[in-house]
Amino acid sequence: MADLTSNFIGIKSPNPFWLASAPPTDKAYNVRRAFDAGWGGVVWKTLGLDPHVVNVNGPRYGAIYGADRRLLGLNNIELITDRPLQTNLDEIKEVKRDYPAQAMIVSLMVPCEEEPWKMILPRVEETGADGVELNFGCPHGMSERGMGSAVGQVPEYIEMVTRWVKANTRMPVIVKLTPNITDVRKPAEAAKRGGADAVSLINTINSITSVDLDLFAPEPTIDGKGAHGGYCGPAVKPIALNMVAEIARDPGLQGLPISGIGGVTTWKDAAEFLALGAGNVQVCTAAMTYGFKIVQEMISGLSDYMDSKGITSVDEIVGRAVPNVTDWNQLNLNYIAKAKIDQDLCISCGRCFAACEDTSHQAIAMSEDRTFTVIDEECVACNLCVNVCPVEDCITMEAMAPGETDPRTGKVVQPDYANWTTHPNNPAANAAE
Amino acid sequence: MSSDVFAEGIKPGRLDQESYEAQFSDLHPPLDAHEALVAADRCYFCHDAPCITACPTDIDIPLFIRQIATGTPDAAAKTILSQNIMGGMCARVCPTETLCEEACVRELAEGKPVLIGQLQRYATDHLQEQGIHPFERGAATGKKVAVVGAGPAGLSAAHRLAMMGHDVVVHDARPKPGGLNEYGIAAYKTPDGFAQGEVDWLLKIGGITLQHDAKLGQGITLQGLRDAYDAVFLGIGLGGVNALGAEGEDKGGVTDAVDFIADLRQASDFATVPIGRDVVVIGGGMTAVDAAVQAKLLGALNVTLVYRRGRDRMNASAFEQDLAASKGVRIVTHAVPKAVHGNGAVREIEFEYVDEDMNGTGQTLRLAADQVFKAIGQTLEGDDLPELDGRKIKVDGTGRTSLDGVWAGGDCASGGDDLTVTAVAEGRDAAMDMHGVLVG
Repeated sequence: MADLTSNFIGIKSPNPFWLASAPPTDKAYNVRRAFDAGWGGVVWKTLGLDPHVVNVNGPRYGAIYGADRRLLGLNNIELITDRPLQTNLDEIKEVKRDYPAQAMIVSLMVPCEEEPWKMILPRVEETGADGVELNFGCPHGMSERGMGSAVGQVPEYIEMVTRWVKANTRMPVIVKLTPNITDVRKPAEAAKRGGADAVSLINTINSITSVDLDLFAPEPTIDGKGAHGGYCGPAVKPIALNMVAEIARDPGLQGLPISGIGGVTTWKDAAEFLALGAGNVQVCTAAMTYGFKIVQEMISGLSDYMDSKGITSVDEIVGRAVPNVTDWNQLNLNYIAKAKIDQDLCISCGRCFAACEDTSHQAIAMSEDRTFTVIDEECVACNLCVNVCPVEDCITMEAMAPGETDPRTGKVVQPDYANWTTHPNNPAANAAE
Repeated sequence: MSSDVFAEGIKPGRLDQESYEAQFSDLHPPLDAHEALVAADRCYFCHDAPCITACPTDIDIPLFIRQIATGTPDAAAKTILSQNIMGGMCARVCPTETLCEEACVRELAEGKPVLIGQLQRYATDHLQEQGIHPFERGAATGKKVAVVGAGPAGLSAAHRLAMMGHDVVVHDARPKPGGLNEYGIAAYKTPDGFAQGEVDWLLKIGGITLQHDAKLGQGITLQGLRDAYDAVFLGIGLGGVNALGAEGEDKGGVTDAVDFIADLRQASDFATVPIGRDVVVIGGGMTAVDAAVQAKLLGALNVTLVYRRGRDRMNASAFEQDLAASKGVRIVTHAVPKAVHGNGAVREIEFEYVDEDMNGTGQTLRLAADQVFKAIGQTLEGDDLPELDGRKIKVDGTGRTSLDGVWAGGDCASGGDDLTVTAVAEGRDAAMDMHGVLVG
């Protein structure tokens, strides 16, 4: 069993798996169950000023599904906590007292004025919480009131509010970013300028999950109408990974700790966020889909992975993939691969053939007896066949060795690295001299 | 257990009423909507799918399963029925484990194929239970076609011909239409009057008239039909039953399995159907298994199915053999009947064991039997038929016989397995060829 203890910006937790600020962390009852199940920390559902907000009394969530009705994406129109501030503070204090080893972060969202922040921060500090997270990401409802993503979409506001918060508390400050922007580095830079100890991302993505084709209304539908909600779950993971990597590899943001959020469902997802630079991860939809017990798989899976790699601390994983995230123009154009189909694993469904024949490069042959083979003369190694194959590892991409001749181009595979910046077809190619 | 199960002789009412209902309930209860979605999600939507190739009627299986998965089971039903108008019955009786489901790539991948047969039933039931008939007749051609035999081949041909605008008269020897669907399939495979319901639904296309109690040489003749109609389709099945060739086979209690199955299907109350205490079924096909299993379900104490070759040579699929075994039927192989013993009625039947080449070994087996069912194959009956190929009517790929204007399909015709689904395909394809000739 590997040592999974985590120290994120000075906040210690038994493992790097925190529950994100969201419905599962709205009250003591849930949070106690989460800690009992093994979660390393929680970010308490966002507190606001009294009078507390009210939520809709119709559906708050919408979903999209994969095969076997497996939930792939969830859309949420719930607001911040709809309980009185003091009730939450009392419960936070009581739970933190009973679970001193677990991380307790409090998410906050108050109007964009310094006074409310000055008021609320000491009250949070008094609970014994380990830190605060500024919710600049909530994309629905609160943003209409000038909070949440309305702040997160304006870097100047992020910097200003972060500065107020840092000036008014000794607690570590995490700034939670919205993905509903064009370049996530700008708000991250603003948070850094404002003195944030870390950023967390991504918050949810503006979304309409589906349309009721009888009512002609978006879902979730409240009395015939729907509003966009925040999209989360496994479907958003690729978007989140990219945004985390963009921050992690930005020279100006180097060293800014990141709490990774977005579709983390398994230990593997978590490890991927860590590898791309997240110091820990926050989870919500997976817990909402399967319950708190999933953390047990995350713990055992990450531990086994670390043991198998001889990795002794979580920090050793953090950022290990970042040097390998680059721009397209740096990719090696001399690298040549070909798809290869393992005939022993192939079940002859022919999906690779349909995909390649109809939509790609006509690089797979189909015989009378349904044997599928790659035509190296046509294969550009696009990987679509690998992606559509239902059998894991049945189709693989095999690199050609330098010196071999690519049957598609008739050219010898070169051993050296050459990218687009120097390619003769690039009008802006740098001279090689 | 009722004491009647031990009573010797052929007697009705061996079980109590509730047992009959339980015994003869649906073999595969229908999938509900949730089960159908779960099952449909397993389909990979293969390219040029092997399941389609394996289906004698070439149903576009991946398409209909995708239509189920996307919440349009009626569209799925139309996909099925446009290829196979008896898709509902085939979903119940097809040996899917040797057809589409055997070919399913998930059978190869995991040993668990997509439940194609049950999904087909889900879709066709969904449509038919609403009373929807999704096909319309084309413009009237003014042509008249006679179909002989209201079984799967004949009705399939009749439906397709009617759809093409021809007027069709279907002649059948039995009081009810459906052929083997109505008279020749185990009750538990198609309970609740499904066969008649399906025929009623099929006839909604219009343009088809049924003439009962008419068979070739009895009320009608082939020549007469050829004179009176523009074309004739023969789907007359196999009306005769092969003899055992064993000494004493005319003793009481020795009957044809097909008659037993038909009587059981027509019985309004299973408790009225008499069955022996010690039943022996001779044969290795679906008919033999249907008879043996149903004998057991009716309360026979000992049921033995005796086949002359090994289990791998039985026409009944492995699933059917396992079904029989699970119901308590004992399967004896490599034995041929030699003599039926008894004073007037059968008391014992004697077999000789044979080797793989059917050579007698001299070793014998005697089984106590108060009832023996013969299920060793059926034969074509009728005079003045078109030219034969062996023991069946010779046809080409589209069902044309040696006689002008006469087509044939189903069990009576050469080529193809004797399966409901094959009969439907042959009827359909012959109808399309007839249509080409009639309007050409």
